[in-house]
Amino acid sequence: MSSTQEIQTGLAEILEEVAGVTPADATPEKSFTDDLDVDSLSMVEIATAVEDKFGVAIPDDELGNIKTVGDAISYIEKNQG
Amino acid sequence: MSTPVTDVVVTGLGATTPLGGDVASTWDALLAGRSGVSRITDDWIKDYPAQLVARLATDPADQIDRVRARRLDRSQQVAVIAAEEAWRDSGAADAGVPAERVAVVIGTGIGGALTLLGQDDVLEAKGPKRVSPFTIPMLMPNGPAAAVGLAIGAKGGVHAPVSACASGAEAIRWGLDLLRFDRADVVLVGGTEACVHPLPMAGFAAMRAMSTRNDEPERASRPFDKARDGFVLGEGAACIVLEKADAAKARGARVHARLAGAGGTADGYDLVAPHPEGEGASRAISAALRDAGLSPADIGHVNAHATSTPVGDTAEAAAIRSSLGDHVLVSATKSQTGHLLGAAGALESVFTILALREQIVPATANLEDPDDDASVQALDIVRTEPRRATLTAAVNDSFGFGGHNIALVFTTA
Repeated sequence: MSSTQEIQTGLAEILEEVAGVTPADATPEKSFTDDLDVDSLSMVEIATAVEDKFGVAIPDDELGNIKTVGDAISYIEKNQG
Repeated sequence: MSTPVTDVVVTGLGATTPLGGDVASTWDALLAGRSGVSRITDDWIKDYPAQLVARLATDPADQIDRVRARRLDRSQQVAVIAAEEAWRDSGAADAGVPAERVAVVIGTGIGGALTLLGQDDVLEAKGPKRVSPFTIPMLMPNGPAAAVGLAIGAKGGVHAPVSACASGAEAIRWGLDLLRFDRADVVLVGGTEACVHPLPMAGFAAMRAMSTRNDEPERASRPFDKARDGFVLGEGAACIVLEKADAAKARGARVHARLAGAGGTADGYDLVAPHPEGEGASRAISAALRDAGLSPADIGHVNAHATSTPVGDTAEAAAIRSSLGDHVLVSATKSQTGHLLGAAGALESVFTILALREQIVPATANLEDPDDDASVQALDIVRTEPRRATLTAAVNDSFGFGGHNIALVFTTA
């Protein structure tokens, strides 16, 4: 089980690797598309990386509901372990 | 149909090649006689008969942002690098040309082979869910043109001719047509290739098309030489900005040269073997001359396709001789760059333009003992060192598997 802080840090690492987002910018209120310029194909890559890092698979119908970094953190927190 | 009269000029040049990471360093290395060819040292090459390659002089990773690069196949990365250099060189971005009047034509012979093959490895090792969502845009042959279109903000049209090793030259011809038919005011054209990988290497080797002079990399690409034994695979890209002469003049653009005409034919002879007398190639050159309103006597220089294959070089020599005569100064620059496939025609057009601008004809490296073929013997192939010459018009010709023949006529600014 990762803590909320660990999830946020891990997610920030993924965002930096996949989309070049500066880790300090990957805060919970940020929208992937509007604030961080992450496109739909990159979201697919992020979902794959999340599964590798946290063992949490994000089905396509759930991926569409994840709009912000905070949404992703909550989803991972709820579904891990 | 009446003859199109739109005067078209070259206002921008860009390249990243086995000789240099931009046009200036590539041209300097060419005139200095440097070779871009080396021997592959990776483990996989040990069972290959042909082990030579002309790798990029500058790693694209040093020229393009990491996050941007990971969504672009290597063939797209080098296309974008060359295109951005050409675009900057032209100054067109500052000229206020509406995006809707800017078009892009970038050809490739193979497309995103490294992505296709790399993702196939992922599929085999990890299964379909691990295949990158960028696989398709990275492997599609129009991908380089699309990436360049995005990079310069072109909305007038993005096109991608695919005609093997004539693709780069064909892109230039399409660009000329787009301007003549008033479908754009500025067109960025070029070619790109980056497919150094075990599979394409094995495929070309299986055709017996590649040089096996593994112990002498720098001497392996030797167009027109009696001891030539095949081409050396190269990678890179070259781009050219074309625009209507009156518009370029109005904005005070620096003009490198004029693109005076183009011709294209098909051999209708064999899928991969050239017609032995270069019949289709000769017709392409003659068509380009007619299109430019010039006669053979006007042409002072030919940058030949000359890949260093036994049959290709003699066929081309025959074509040059039958279409232009024996007076032209011929250069075969693949002797130093290797064969950039779909980028070859674009890079060699850059060389042709620079030859006209600088009034100097590059040398053909490794031409020590010209082939006994009568046409090779008759031609004035520049060797040993570059030759100063008074040039007003020059031809670049390119041929591709499939029987594609393209000839382009450039004249001085």
